[in-house]
Amino acid sequence: MSSLIAVTDGHVVIAIVVGLAAGVLAGLFGVGGGILFVPALTLVFGLEQHNAEATSLLAILPTVAVGSWQQRRYGNVRWAAAVALGLAGIGGVVAGGFLAVALPESVLRRLFGALLVLTAVQLGWRAWRRG
Amino acid sequence: MRLVAIGLAAGFFGALFGVGGGIVMVPMLIGVAAFPARPAMATSLAAIGLIALEGVIFYGVRGDLRPLDALVLGVPAAAGAAIGTAVQQRLATRTLTLAFSALLFGVGIRLFV
Repeated sequence: MSSLIAVTDGHVVIAIVVGLAAGVLAGLFGVGGGILFVPALTLVFGLEQHNAEATSLLAILPTVAVGSWQQRRYGNVRWAAAVALGLAGIGGVVAGGFLAVALPESVLRRLFGALLVLTAVQLGWRAWRRG
Repeated sequence: MRLVAIGLAAGFFGALFGVGGGIVMVPMLIGVAAFPARPAMATSLAAIGLIALEGVIFYGVRGDLRPLDALVLGVPAAAGAAIGTAVQQRLATRTLTLAFSALLFGVGIRLFV
């Protein structure tokens, strides 16, 4: 895994399709891209959990940029609050980041699996009640 | 003060799991900071941009980033998200959401075992 990109040439098309699909699902069901990017990067791209989580954060940026641009038109973003949240986030990012790199690969992967299951239950419960 | 606590929690979750932190931020903004639902989601999205950027710097310094993988995944995903958001009102039926929830559940279990 010393190359700069995990997907080999033959798989770039698959990767792009997976990215597109993850984006559509995220937009459609109101979940963040990261919850789909991380498993896509481990299960499809073959990255290790730590690399997948780091890379997911970078992949989130274009998605958030487009999403914020769309929301901006509706005037829903409270910018002062967003900046306060983001700046306060620095402390959490450093703590969470150090914990992530301190945890063994297998433990971090299982914790992420648990996060996915919780998200699935929350999403399913909301949809169930709405119906 | 409440925003600081929410931002800390979102940053912790975001960096620990490589997600934006919206899963903790949106419910907390609504429940703890009394935001209406739409401003909560929109404001969370903007804050995720900052938190993800901070996470990128943290992991980038450590050398864990795969920039080209992020590009190949993230740019099509941005286009996909625009499409998904646009058709959300017409298409996101209850059955479809339950199916998606089942898919996430399955992937979660797969990662766990």
